[in-house]
Amino acid sequence: MGISVSHLALVTGFLLCLIGVWGLLSNRHILRIIISFSLLDTGVHIVLVATGYITGATAPILDEALGPGAAALHSVDPIPSALVVTAIVIGFSVTAVMLAYAIRLYRAKGTLDIDAFTESKG
Amino acid sequence: MRRKIVNALAVLLLGAVFATIALAYQERQFLRPLAEFYVTQTPTMLGLPNIVTGILITWRGFDTLGEVAVLFMVAASVGLLLRETGETQTHSNPQTRPAGEIVTSGAATLLPPIFLFGAYVIANGHLSAGGGFQGGAIVASGVVLLLLARPRAELPLGFLAITESLAGVFYVLLGIAGIVFAGGFLDSRFLPAGQFGAFISAGAIPAISILLGIKVGAELSVVVDRFRR
Repeated sequence: MGISVSHLALVTGFLLCLIGVWGLLSNRHILRIIISFSLLDTGVHIVLVATGYITGATAPILDEALGPGAAALHSVDPIPSALVVTAIVIGFSVTAVMLAYAIRLYRAKGTLDIDAFTESKG
Repeated sequence: MRRKIVNALAVLLLGAVFATIALAYQERQFLRPLAEFYVTQTPTMLGLPNIVTGILITWRGFDTLGEVAVLFMVAASVGLLLRETGETQTHSNPQTRPAGEIVTSGAATLLPPIFLFGAYVIANGHLSAGGGFQGGAIVASGVVLLLLARPRAELPLGFLAITESLAGVFYVLLGIAGIVFAGGFLDSRFLPAGQFGAFISAGAIPAISILLGIKVGAELSVVVDRFRR
């Protein structure tokens, strides 16, 4: 069997994760680190949604096209979708708190270069 | 240079882990038992076509309540972090330029449809794709556009805080009503299920969804507003 849709989504998600991790490790600017974190976050969401896919299935919403009997066979796994809604909101929250800290750090030192904040380095 | 090599090594190792997962991954042909339970039981037990909403609001409603609590804490902590401290001079941009013609007219045209669409998505969360979180985020994105178009506009923060708290209180009250009149906390079956697929149906789920949408929209707007000064 060739490359399926969910495989493609899975690989894309993993690639986004890797780009995010690379950005987290190699950037010294706090805003760029936050952007890398968001990329990593998005990659994880795509991977989660991809693992919920069932071959040839559709969204788990019943209507004329997808009756109650057919739903068990022709709908994707609803649990990853529900989890990802949660994860997106939490990701937003974490990003907001990180940005608030970035603003505080900028107020304290006038720079966002992480090398300027060495006092707490153990 | 050495740091770069270490970074590349870490990313490569992580990539190897991901690659093994991706290579071993096989697209599933059938639902897992838990998912099958949700898919088959949600329409009959809760009378609700959208299974994801059923999971979010009823089966895992307590998690959603906790998540809203997380959002509330974020709004509070961002406010705490970004409050004006006495020693630093106020950076509240001395001369804000007015927004351009395109942004102002775009906002004037787009804001009503955006808010209407947000309300639609919130109110139809039990019937089609959507729900409280999604619609609340759409409403908040409209607020962002409003703040871009009119940088000096003051959001009614007190009103937003009261609305948001009331929505939270009613959310918990509906949950307690679930304990008293139905099977447990946030059980939506204490209201009649109604006709399957009708706008007013599925017990208390639309009400909970609307409260959730109000709460999320207000909280996200407050968070966005805090970053402005």
